[in-house]
Amino acid sequence: MPVEHLDPLAASLFSLMAILSLLLAFVMLGSRWLNNYLYAFAAESWVIAGLSAAVGFYGGFPELYAIAALTALFRGLILPWLLARIIRRLDIKREIHEALRPSSCMVLGAAAIVFALVVSEHIGVRVGAAGTVVVLALTVMLSMKMIGFLMLVVRHEAISQILGLLVLENGIFLGAQILVPGMPILIELVILFDLLVVVACFGVLVRYLTVHVGSTSSLDLKRLVG
Amino acid sequence: MTTGTLIVLLLLCPAIAVAGSLAGRSPRLAEAINLLASIGSFAVAVALVWRATPEPVIYGRSYIALDALGAWVILCAAIVYLLSSIYAIGYMRMLDEDERLPGFYALFAGFALTIFVGPLMNNPGLYWIAIELTTLVSTFLVAFEHEASSIEAAWKYIVIVSAGISLALLGTVLFYWSGTFVNGPTYELTWASLTAVAPHASQSIILLSFLLVLVGYGTKVGLAPMHSWLPDAHSESPAPVSALLSGALLNTAMLGVVRFLGVADAAGIGGTCRVVTVALGLLSILVGALFIVRQRGIKRLMAYSSVEHMGVMALGFGFGGILGTAGALYHMLNHSLNKSLMFFGAGNAMRAYQTKDIRGIRDVWIRFPAQAALWLAGAAAITGAPPFGLFQSELAILRAGIGLPHLSWAVYGMALLLIVIFIAFMNQFRLMYLAPPTSAPEERPDRTLSAWCVAPMWLALLPLLLFGLWWPDAMWRYFHGIAIALSGAAS
Repeated sequence: MPVEHLDPLAASLFSLMAILSLLLAFVMLGSRWLNNYLYAFAAESWVIAGLSAAVGFYGGFPELYAIAALTALFRGLILPWLLARIIRRLDIKREIHEALRPSSCMVLGAAAIVFALVVSEHIGVRVGAAGTVVVLALTVMLSMKMIGFLMLVVRHEAISQILGLLVLENGIFLGAQILVPGMPILIELVILFDLLVVVACFGVLVRYLTVHVGSTSSLDLKRLVG
Repeated sequence: MTTGTLIVLLLLCPAIAVAGSLAGRSPRLAEAINLLASIGSFAVAVALVWRATPEPVIYGRSYIALDALGAWVILCAAIVYLLSSIYAIGYMRMLDEDERLPGFYALFAGFALTIFVGPLMNNPGLYWIAIELTTLVSTFLVAFEHEASSIEAAWKYIVIVSAGISLALLGTVLFYWSGTFVNGPTYELTWASLTAVAPHASQSIILLSFLLVLVGYGTKVGLAPMHSWLPDAHSESPAPVSALLSGALLNTAMLGVVRFLGVADAAGIGGTCRVVTVALGLLSILVGALFIVRQRGIKRLMAYSSVEHMGVMALGFGFGGILGTAGALYHMLNHSLNKSLMFFGAGNAMRAYQTKDIRGIRDVWIRFPAQAALWLAGAAAITGAPPFGLFQSELAILRAGIGLPHLSWAVYGMALLLIVIFIAFMNQFRLMYLAPPTSAPEERPDRTLSAWCVAPMWLALLPLLLFGLWWPDAMWRYFHGIAIALSGAAS
């Protein structure tokens, strides 16, 4: 997108939404209740849907309205509903044995953002887009990636790991809306559909875990080593 | 018959097997239809390699492209699919799970289908989806035995690989982004368009994207240190699935690394990217060697050997040039044949001794002389001993690297580690074949192996021996064409 011609209002709106979704990622990092993760994820998806629509409006990409609607529907409603079903079935309300306390996680998450900012600044300077919304989008994209990985590492419940993966995907999707709004729409549609299949597969596997392993915590998955 | 029809046929064969297995609900019918599908796809794959040209030919509104490289990966996959379909008939009957077999064969053929789709994709985004689909389908194959350990392996597999290849998606998006500065916000996303725009794009974005893609697809390839899912998934799945995972799936993911390496070359930063690829490859060989030395699980031994061989392949593609590329492609074929043979042997041993532990497998010579000789020949071959195919391909890769100014250290590392692996592997086989039994030889229920379980081992070993003695000239020319096309993208 020609960022240099971007309406200042649009730029601030994009930035606001990108930062909002980053904040919601921190809500997920800072809580140990599974329901909070889920609501934060759903809210984040709605913010991203809003961002898609805004980029479509200001950038002149009408097909992004469809993406926005589908994002809201898939990521904002269907996925959280599927996950809520799994949580209800499991009867687990919170993380019990996290490797790191939520407060330490948030500090690590902040460090991840600083790192992402340094990388993005560097690239922003190289492509002549320093100080624009491009740098912010890259920062949010990379830091949500790292926050997702952080969640995968320190959380042990199956549901938290699924949500960690979904945060990874949300980060890419968010960045892609700002950086490459013109990317062929087919890819985005297929990825949305793919996510649905992924979560369905995870649902089946979680059931296997409860039936055959007797636990959904990755702490109990230590038969295979060496 | 046009090449387009052949591509449709290639995908139709396993698709029919999926539908037939699900609709028929009869285990014998599912076996037969899957076997027929695998024979069909093998024949079509051979024809595709025959037809393929080094430069891609586009079909289906530019979503599908067939080039020599993709056709080669498909051929390797089709060979493994054929061998493991034959083997599966014997092996899966031993599991006594007849009522679940139609489901197994549906997944098995579906897995082969997704593996075939990946190399045909002209669009890196769709290629990514195809790789993701292979994960989703094969997870349930890994979990097929429904034991606690196989569910654990499946869970680790899907979490690690999904997380890993999400990095590859990010890398793909950034590759596309690097082109928007030249082409404007919307342009076609294909391998060719990325390569075409790369020389004018920002090198720092390309470097970042390549690293993300390398780590992402590297997770799926099983390059260390992202390999941690691989030994679990390969050792816990039924043996035919292990063969398909190791001999077919890993190559398909390697294809992504190779194609993006071509884009990085075109951008003029191939040197840095090749050093990183080679370093990851060498690390994989090291990790493979360390874990092979002290391995207790028979299938984990084979799995770490896959990590090692993917490392060797990464070295070959990383060295590049005609010799390196040809060596790596030859290695791909030989490894697919050889690893199938090894997993079939391991599966047979596991069923006969009812254990996965090497310490429980003793006196193989005495109990299964014919199969033992086959398996031992395979073990010698997999460590790169002459006169088998892997010796030829590893030698080619070593020779490719020896003259390169920044990479010759990797050659010495590789040669040293290959010797370590040879000794360690042979030692494991010495224990199984010659060491005295740890427990008193009680009367085990002796299960004689059906011909279904032994025939595919012969079918794998004979070509392997042939390719060790004779590197066909036509194949050499074929690799030459691919290497020129890959480096032609660079100039």
